[in-house]
Amino acid sequence: MAERYGKTRLAGTAAALSMALIGSMPAFAEEILFVSQGGAYQKAQTVAILDPAAKKLGITINQDSVPDAWPIMRSQVATGKPTWDVVDVATNFCLRGGEQGIVEKLDFSKIPNAAAMPADYRSDYSVAYEFYSSVLGYSLKKFPDAASAPKTWADFWDVKKFPGRRSLRNHPLATLEAALMADGVAPDKLYPLDVERAFKKLEEIKPHITVWWTSGAQSAQLLNDGEVDMVMAWNGRISALAKEGAKVAYTYNQGILQSTSLCVLKGAPNLPTAIKFLNEAVDPVHQANLPLHIDYGPANPKAYDTKVIPEARVKELPSAPDNAKVQALMSYAWWTSAAGEAAEKRWLSFAQK
Amino acid sequence: MSAIDPSDRYRRREQGLMLLLASPAVIVIVALVVLPVGWLMGQSFYDNGFTLENYRRIFSEDIYWRSFMLTFRIALMVTLLTLILGYPVAYAAAHVRRPWDVLILSFVILPFWTSVLVRAYAWLVLLQRTGVANQVLERFGLIGEPLALVHNELGTVIATVHILLPFMVLPLYSTMQKIPRELMLAGASLGGGPLHSFLRIFLPLSLPGVIAGLTLVFVLTLGFYITPELLGGGRTIMISMVVSRNVELYNQWGAASAVGVVLLVCVLAIFIAVGRIIPLDKMLGQK
Repeated sequence: MAERYGKTRLAGTAAALSMALIGSMPAFAEEILFVSQGGAYQKAQTVAILDPAAKKLGITINQDSVPDAWPIMRSQVATGKPTWDVVDVATNFCLRGGEQGIVEKLDFSKIPNAAAMPADYRSDYSVAYEFYSSVLGYSLKKFPDAASAPKTWADFWDVKKFPGRRSLRNHPLATLEAALMADGVAPDKLYPLDVERAFKKLEEIKPHITVWWTSGAQSAQLLNDGEVDMVMAWNGRISALAKEGAKVAYTYNQGILQSTSLCVLKGAPNLPTAIKFLNEAVDPVHQANLPLHIDYGPANPKAYDTKVIPEARVKELPSAPDNAKVQALMSYAWWTSAAGEAAEKRWLSFAQK
Repeated sequence: MSAIDPSDRYRRREQGLMLLLASPAVIVIVALVVLPVGWLMGQSFYDNGFTLENYRRIFSEDIYWRSFMLTFRIALMVTLLTLILGYPVAYAAAHVRRPWDVLILSFVILPFWTSVLVRAYAWLVLLQRTGVANQVLERFGLIGEPLALVHNELGTVIATVHILLPFMVLPLYSTMQKIPRELMLAGASLGGGPLHSFLRIFLPLSLPGVIAGLTLVFVLTLGFYITPELLGGGRTIMISMVVSRNVELYNQWGAASAVGVVLLVCVLAIFIAVGRIIPLDKMLGQK
């Protein structure tokens, strides 16, 4: 998941910065250790959310970054003395953490900002933090005008009407959803996924898939180099290419809306402060600041009412109400269920044959 | 016969001293290889108590079987290709005068100093649809449609051969260099033609180098990860990728290390089988 944001590590600078902060703070100041995924994404949230939240709450937010937090979350809790407080991680890991007793159950009466968010955007153990989308991207060289471009997953699957080379992610998440939509399932009727039907539909397109991509950078490179003409990719990757002048475009239609969430490690050293921070992190104004710095959408829909985000910008964001309503919202609860985990295990055998 | 031969005592003391000299290396190997590998092996049998579940899975689900077969097939192809490409290079390097031998060996070793990751990306640039190879072939009208040179098994094999070529050339070169030239001259003086002398004298004498190169390349290919990951198009799933997938899927080391243990056993079996033909010390270049 971390690959969405590139690979620059922020840990060093963050550590140095937080040392400087600790030095200047009075000894009794409350603090938390916040962990995210590094790169441009962590820098963006530092400016948009973390610094303003720290200032408003009068706390120190120390940062760390890890591309793959899940195994560390497990081992930290297993030692009985976790050092992390709040983790920003793909939502399914918060849910799995809840199931396995690695993540604290949240009391939403203490998190009013989150309590006001749609129920789909939170769980007993997590609060959505930002949204991105797995969208259908295509080359404008191959499909120069909007009328002739593929717009749905059924189009992506239609190799006669839309000839060209294709790439999908080498991972079942969002890919099974796309297959079902291609097979005619409505975006709001996807769950529980009909796994059998999805894999059957995927077998259909398999011979036409040039590459099953594994990293976000790869998906962008494939489209940019003309290796493929259409691809399922994360919206931020394609919009970044377009900004650099590449002849590429994407549609939010039938995109699969995904999120990372915040969760608190079981036995976190600064639990009360962590909960205070959780509430502040999804504050509509801080949330509205995020898309001013990176191509991901706020998780709190109220952010769109703050007027902080310019109208033109709103149209580009995956979680904007007009965009969200043409997309499917990923159910992380389904993906962490037994059926979801079985589907994930089945993927390797599908990819191999 | 109660008196001990003094030279015998001296020899034994010397041996003790030699063992002492080797001990730092032994300690490093025990601490950094034997213990962690042993720990991982133990993990593969452990999940809240003794279990064979991790092994049952490997032998009952065909994804493991398929990845093992693919891995061994790729390793075999890579090994044979490096031998075919590497033998003439080593032969030339062993026979030309200075500075040409140095030049040949530098060309072999130079890419060796570039990171595997960088080389994988370089191959991507060369082999992809709009890449240099396809453009040149199209320019000369040799192909109408770009060839699928990468994002598949072929791309993986090409890049792996390139990366592992030095591991074939160097042992071959070191063996060939030690073959006395006079033997070939003797062969010629007895009326043997160049091909005959090569087949009867040079080739058999170079065999230890061949076996060493084959074993090294084969075993190294079995563990390749980055190359198939970047150039395999997502469908070339070698066994090392299954190991990493297992960490993600089962969230425990045991499931992954069991795959590693099975691979290790396969590799040891290969070593033992090869050792039957050529003793290990000979393989490593000793006489």
